Amino acid sequence: MMGTPPATPTTRSHMQLALSPRDAEFRDRMREFFTTKVPREIRDTVLEGRHLTREQIVASQRILNAEGLAVPHWPTEWGGQDWTELQRHLWHEEMQRAGVPAPLAFNASMIGPVIAHFGSEEQKQRFLPATANLDIWWSQGFSEPDAGSDLAGLRTAAVRDGDDWVVNGQKTWTTLGQHGDWIFTLVRTDPEVKKQQGISMLLIDMTTPGVEVRPIELIDGGHEVNEVWFSDVRVPGDLLVGEPGAGWTMAKFLLGNERVGVAPVGATKRALATLKATAADQLADPLVRARVAELENELLALELTALRVVAHSSDGAPHPASSVLKLRGTELQQAVSELALDLAGPASLAARAGDDSPQEGWARRSAPTYLNLRKASIYGGSNEIQRQIISRTILGL
Amino acid sequence: MDFTYDDEQQALREAVRGLLATAYADHEARRRTVAAEPGFDRALWGRLAEMGILGLPFSESDGGVGAGPVEIGIVCQELGRVLAPEPYLSGVVHAGGLVAAVGTAEQRADLLGRLSAGDLLLAAADTSPGDRWAARADGVRASVVGDGWTLDGVADPVMGGESADCFVVTAALPDGGGTGVFLVAADDVSRSGYAAADLTRAATVRFEGSTATPLGEPGRDLAPSIATISDLTRILGANQALGVLQSQLRATTDYLRSRKQFGVTLNTFQALTFRAADMYVSLELVHSMVDWATMTIAGGDRDAVAEAADRVGLQVSRSSRHIGQEAIQLHGGIGMTAEYAVGVGTAHLAVLEQWLGNGPHHLARLAGRVDDHELVDAL
Repeated sequence: MMGTPPATPTTRSHMQLALSPRDAEFRDRMREFFTTKVPREIRDTVLEGRHLTREQIVASQRILNAEGLAVPHWPTEWGGQDWTELQRHLWHEEMQRAGVPAPLAFNASMIGPVIAHFGSEEQKQRFLPATANLDIWWSQGFSEPDAGSDLAGLRTAAVRDGDDWVVNGQKTWTTLGQHGDWIFTLVRTDPEVKKQQGISMLLIDMTTPGVEVRPIELIDGGHEVNEVWFSDVRVPGDLLVGEPGAGWTMAKFLLGNERVGVAPVGATKRALATLKATAADQLADPLVRARVAELENELLALELTALRVVAHSSDGAPHPASSVLKLRGTELQQAVSELALDLAGPASLAARAGDDSPQEGWARRSAPTYLNLRKASIYGGSNEIQRQIISRTILGL
Repeated sequence: MDFTYDDEQQALREAVRGLLATAYADHEARRRTVAAEPGFDRALWGRLAEMGILGLPFSESDGGVGAGPVEIGIVCQELGRVLAPEPYLSGVVHAGGLVAAVGTAEQRADLLGRLSAGDLLLAAADTSPGDRWAARADGVRASVVGDGWTLDGVADPVMGGESADCFVVTAALPDGGGTGVFLVAADDVSRSGYAAADLTRAATVRFEGSTATPLGEPGRDLAPSIATISDLTRILGANQALGVLQSQLRATTDYLRSRKQFGVTLNTFQALTFRAADMYVSLELVHSMVDWATMTIAGGDRDAVAEAADRVGLQVSRSSRHIGQEAIQLHGGIGMTAEYAVGVGTAHLAVLEQWLGNGPHHLARLAGRVDDHELVDAL
């Protein structure tokens, strides 16, 4: 211990805080790439909490994809990288830290891995390169008005007609569906069997007649999510992934992937750092300093827990504690947005004022951001679902 | 970067756990021990000496084993797990740590050799009434008398002080010369022993012209070393708290699975299982922070250790309140009883926190430094 002459220098690899030279070099390479190759304007848009355009999201993902950094967790034959869990974590953290938009989750984290794992060779050839490069923008068609956390209760039906499927029903909460080229859907192909066993995964071209996207206005005033209606939409049979009835297995596979990347530690750290800089004059208030210090400490505990989880994950199976990351990560994301709102004060009222507003941009965005982030504890398996997973799977209750 | 124990560390954990189980197989054994004199198990203390556990923090040339902070943390976690009342944190980590940090080679070899062998009990007297976790003492004053030193003043609380053979005392040096560290024999003080809220023993120690031996170079201001040893003790105390918290969550989930009300076991009530899930979240977060802070000690940078002590101190305070209080609540009435370990664990957590530095204290220190950095990085 400190204060005593050092014992024999420790060379063991266990209980070490520092990155190995190899991992440190990897992190530096990521940091270098993200901060120099992705346009400043895109990164500033993210760091300042403004909305990205479709073009910016596409441009950023293509820069990453050209470097092999868009879909590192895919199989290597389809553009993945043979990285360790820790390296994936570092890639993700450095990306957030630099303000680089994460590759579109619907493509990179959701349908891409599903097609790579369950799809036919023809589907892989047709969709995976275009999905990685965001030549196809995917939307997610899972939730329905009566099927939220209880997803297996979904009712959108696909009925066989010759080689085709004919789809009728309604999906909802389709994030950025207004940009979508294709939508991956869970549809009921067999109403007779147990509800989980009658579900299939169907890929639908959103330009097909009978597909209609209707915007949902949210409490932040933005248009982020949509309803998607299907009226006698005819879908060729070769667009069903895997076997009919295997959709629930794929959904669980997909949602398991979703949860791992859902704790936005790096982005929340960055948001707090930005807030400290932009609202620096308010740091004179000891109560503000205490809130900042408390949040920084909680974020450190969360980041360390994320590192423990990646260090203990094997074979890509999520560590059970990944529910902790989702639960606490979204709570802290929300808490930082609350602090921003409080620091903005009356300036936050100018949320929908014109460009000639005398209020600063960050302050004007604070109320919409605060309201928008209430979603974080609902999506990706609501935080109550996470508590259920913890109490049942981990605690055995 | 690695958060796993190696085989030797795993073996140490099992050996300590096995030994402690012989003394504190159940909470009733702990109750009997703290109710009798000297408030801990001297036979167990001797076994800990034989196993080399008392000498773990000290170098081999000082008569110790020369282990690292992770190994000492493992021992503290196991002590916390069974609420062992042995004065390990106070006597070995804190008082022994002070001797190791400031003593001369001769003093270290003598005192730490006997401490490691189980032949000498030390206690650190670094707090006087009104003090709040300061490295600079003023409640006890040192004076030069002839060619020696004497101390006057009151130290309280002195954790583990009731049975100590010698006190390692922080005292104000003459003429505003800073803070020195002195060794005082128990015969040269008047002391009143008492039990703290968790029934571990402490003492009020009064110095009245007590003969004192300076540790290290006489008259030198040792405040920085004193602060560092307090930080180390804070971090190892967090390891001890982690052991308590793990036991409390385990006891709570066991109880929810077995206790029946309204004809069903309590785990059928989601209002209760969700609260247990939140306890698990707190536990995982503090576990990560404790491992990190412990590994930070191995880096050897005093400022980094001070920062880690504040961070883990705040985290362990938050989780001690959350888990400690919920463990009692989810047990109901039995959690309030002295015969049940869960509530006594909460008492132990409260003692550890107020002894080593509470949440508001660490938060205030962290808040004072929020503009020193852009963001906090784990690596």
